[in-house]
Amino acid sequence: MLNTTDILETIRMIREENLDIRTVTMGISLFDCISDDPERLCARVYDKITRSAGRLVQVCEQLEATYGIPIVNKRISVTPISLVGSGLDEGGFVRLARELDRAAKALGVNFIGGFSALVQKGFTKGADALIRSIPEALSVTERVCSSVNVASTKAGINMDAVRIMGEVVKESAYLTRDRDSIGCAKLVVFANIPEDNPFMAGAMHGIGEPDTVINVGVSGPGVVAAAIREAGQCDFSTLAETIKKIAFKITRVGQLIASEAAKRLGVPYGIVDLSLAPTPAAGDSVAEILENMGLEVCGTHGTTAALALLNDAVKKGGVMASGHVGGLSGAFIPVSEDRGMIAAAESGVLTLEKLEAMTAVCSVGLDMIAVPGDTSAETISAIIADEISIGVVNTKTTAVRIIPVYGKGVGESVEFGGLLGHAPIMPTHRESSFDFIHRGGRIPAPIHSLKN
Amino acid sequence: MKAVVTVIGRDKKGIIAAASSECAKWGANIVDISQTVMSEYFAMIMLVELGELESDFRTFKENLENAGGALGVDIRVMHEDIFNSMHRI
Repeated sequence: MLNTTDILETIRMIREENLDIRTVTMGISLFDCISDDPERLCARVYDKITRSAGRLVQVCEQLEATYGIPIVNKRISVTPISLVGSGLDEGGFVRLARELDRAAKALGVNFIGGFSALVQKGFTKGADALIRSIPEALSVTERVCSSVNVASTKAGINMDAVRIMGEVVKESAYLTRDRDSIGCAKLVVFANIPEDNPFMAGAMHGIGEPDTVINVGVSGPGVVAAAIREAGQCDFSTLAETIKKIAFKITRVGQLIASEAAKRLGVPYGIVDLSLAPTPAAGDSVAEILENMGLEVCGTHGTTAALALLNDAVKKGGVMASGHVGGLSGAFIPVSEDRGMIAAAESGVLTLEKLEAMTAVCSVGLDMIAVPGDTSAETISAIIADEISIGVVNTKTTAVRIIPVYGKGVGESVEFGGLLGHAPIMPTHRESSFDFIHRGGRIPAPIHSLKN
Repeated sequence: MKAVVTVIGRDKKGIIAAASSECAKWGANIVDISQTVMSEYFAMIMLVELGELESDFRTFKENLENAGGALGVDIRVMHEDIFNSMHRI
């Protein structure tokens, strides 16, 4: 029989340390829905999504009951909509976004991702129209998530796209001003976007993916924080070993759920995303992990080193536990979704600059950061450019999900509710980046992109 | 399939009796059982074979977990594979 200590450890992780499966995401290709008639396109998209994912929520609920592990989110990602609807105008894309939202609601999934465009080297007509439709699309829908890839290590940075995304973020904030600019919480600007990421708001179903696929995102900051607390004042080698062992266990649960979900749905299993995804709940915080390593407050000196160790150990432990690893894989640091990050930002210890440094050594980027509503579009673009550069030069994914909260300033806070949490408005530099952003064109790819 | 039933809570009389009679009622066969009391806390682990279960898994699980609620202890019923996955390479 299984070891009693092992069984009780698993129960404790679920009962007390918030171990859960953060998301089971079904990727669905919409290429076979393409039509030159917008009405037919919308009908086909709705039919394909609801037909493919008809049993997704039901199967996930069965798995929760069988294995006793909560599956927090059930989600859908689709082929980048700019490709599916490449002939549409702005209005057509908004209409298609409504259709995606309707399908998500019919299925009972909380988000549908893939209202996306890939413009790292330039714009097609479809990509341009989709990007311009994003603010309205996010304001008239509830569950649709949007992402735009503006750069890659291979292509460099499309600075025209970076400039436009600053405007799109501002417009999204304005159009959802009655809801604390929540439209921006569903919009991510990427460098090196992964094609199999199950996490929102940046999920999409890449062009090299199968017709349908199951990707799973694991979680468990609380479990890691508890293991570090238990390990006590050990040296760094022991600390790294402790994290690796616990990451292995967390990921094995993700692997089990991914393979079972795929089997029961009759869909190929894609990847497990080895992630530490926090929630605003107590004891589910990445900041708390860093503080348990010996930092008084997340954001103080030493935070980047602590995060680098954590991120690496999570991957090393997780990679052996899973057959296929992908997505974003690493620790997430979304400010508004992490109780410890919120407290650190409120106290002024965790600043935008420190967060930017942290993103060089962990997954994703400047995530769920609220800034003053009067921040200019050019400053938003410049923040995006800085973050995207880190991804391009370091051959990693980085992203920006920033919310210039309409009508609010430093000293105030914003409440998004649910998993999106709440955040203090963080200060940005007031000095202008206008001339830099308005140069236009592309920043060339770095020399180390030439690997052949 | 086999499931692991864990019973955790403050120690009191009749916990094993209640949990095992609930298993018998639904046709779950207890193939292994162990229990410890650590500083007033009671932890019992049962491995049960569900091949001849007289209901679906969910009904059995809900009834057992509700029986735990009535006793003031936390009962969980989970497929053994979650433990095998986590703790065995």
